[in-house]
Amino acid sequence: MLIRAENLGIKGHDDWRVRGVSLTIAESEIVTMIGPNGSGKSTTAKALLGIIPADEGTITRKPSMRIGYVPQSLNVSRNVPMSVKRFLQLTKQHKDDEIKQALALVGLPYVEHKQVADLSGGQLQRTLIARALLLKPDLMVLDEPVQGVDFAGEIALYELITQIRDQLGCGMLLISHDLHIVMSQTDRVVCMNGHICCEGAPASVIENEAYLKLFGPKASEFLALYHHDHDHHHHDHDHYDHHNHDHHNHKDKADSHA
Amino acid sequence: MLDDFFTRALLAGLATAALTGPIGCFIIWRRMSFFGDTLSHSALLGVALGLLLSIYQTLSVFLVALGISVLIQWLRGKTNLSSDTSLGIFSHGALALGLLMISFLPPSQVDLTSVFFGDILASSAQDVIVMSIALVVGLFVMRVIWHALLVATVNQDIATAEGVNSKFAEFTFTLLLTIVIAFSFKVVGVLLISALLVIPAASARQLTSAPEATAIVASVLGCLSVIGGLVLSLHIDLPSGPAIVCFALMFFITAFTYRRFRS
Repeated sequence: MLIRAENLGIKGHDDWRVRGVSLTIAESEIVTMIGPNGSGKSTTAKALLGIIPADEGTITRKPSMRIGYVPQSLNVSRNVPMSVKRFLQLTKQHKDDEIKQALALVGLPYVEHKQVADLSGGQLQRTLIARALLLKPDLMVLDEPVQGVDFAGEIALYELITQIRDQLGCGMLLISHDLHIVMSQTDRVVCMNGHICCEGAPASVIENEAYLKLFGPKASEFLALYHHDHDHHHHDHDHYDHHNHDHHNHKDKADSHA
Repeated sequence: MLDDFFTRALLAGLATAALTGPIGCFIIWRRMSFFGDTLSHSALLGVALGLLLSIYQTLSVFLVALGISVLIQWLRGKTNLSSDTSLGIFSHGALALGLLMISFLPPSQVDLTSVFFGDILASSAQDVIVMSIALVVGLFVMRVIWHALLVATVNQDIATAEGVNSKFAEFTFTLLLTIVIAFSFKVVGVLLISALLVIPAASARQLTSAPEATAIVASVLGCLSVIGGLVLSLHIDLPSGPAIVCFALMFFITAFTYRRFRS
């Protein structure tokens, strides 16, 4: 267990931003939090990391757990004159070859001496991921890692995230307001809207009623896409019954807190 | 050595400019120049209060600036006003209050020109000693909080999530800023304090690519502006504050042009 929150609640100005959130992230587990804007995903993640205090409930963190935090790139100030190399060592020094390796892994081999201010949005995003993975964290937290990245870049970024998990074996908490590839690359999906609406394996969550209600038509569209994606694993063409049956089983397993 | 008025002025100016360099860098990196402006305008209120209560002006300016910055922090999150609006209220409120108070004082007691344009040529030996101590302490404190402040400036959440204690650094920085303002009003006058913070740092930004280098270059450019401005005001009898700021401006234009032509 890396982090456990029990009955977490955080107050906003005059109402609860999130309440009654119980969540555990296990070692080397990828957990994705999805939910519409303002559903309290970032708030929950920040409380888990101790960035904002919890008004209710308890949070237990594994002692001496190393955290690598990837904030929303829009919130990173590019005003400070700084090379990428320096930026990667913002909170901790690293060896030169480790830095080169990390940049190569995120697909930015030549930016070491560039200024952070001169990076494109996608490059900054990758640099932020490289910075976090250099810390060799036990838990990596990524807040909207594909914001401002185009669709092709988005797929590549999620592939990168899975690759990092496989290499580092770290736990991951991903925050996303969008449904795409998140699903197939994740162990567990937590669907939020001020509380946890439903959670479970991706396949079970996307058919959960609370989830479908939350995301509406977009969810159905994605459901089709998801099925289509998974069809490739089968050779026969009469798999729809089979699939429905499959998801039915998952649905029973999904624990709904709604 | 402190017998000569010009030497005293020079030392006081250099001490101030050396400290405004690194602090000014954070002012521009953190987009706080309007905050600096507000504190500067509160300096007029500080001067007026100092005269009314006959206390050491540097102290009264420091106390008023500190009070205003505490008020601004306290008000944050308690109103529906954006931060530039509440800064505007404090900035002009403090300026108007200060002007009113000064109007109550007998004209012989206030030299408005020196309040507005700086009074560096009238620096006393006491001023020089106080400013030198402030420089040494200030630079040492900046060195201590530098790392935490830098991380928090890039991203506050990274600092907290990865165990960098930035709250103390940020608080100390605000305190240092008010101290610097209390000293610089004598050098360039209340209207131009934030010029000494912002302009040398902005010029240094044109020439450097690492935060520490920017801070050092900003200090050097600030000191050169003080020397240039003082020498000029001595030879052709110009108000010293504006002369110093014009030198800083000239350095900025040069640095900006240099950067444009290099790339």
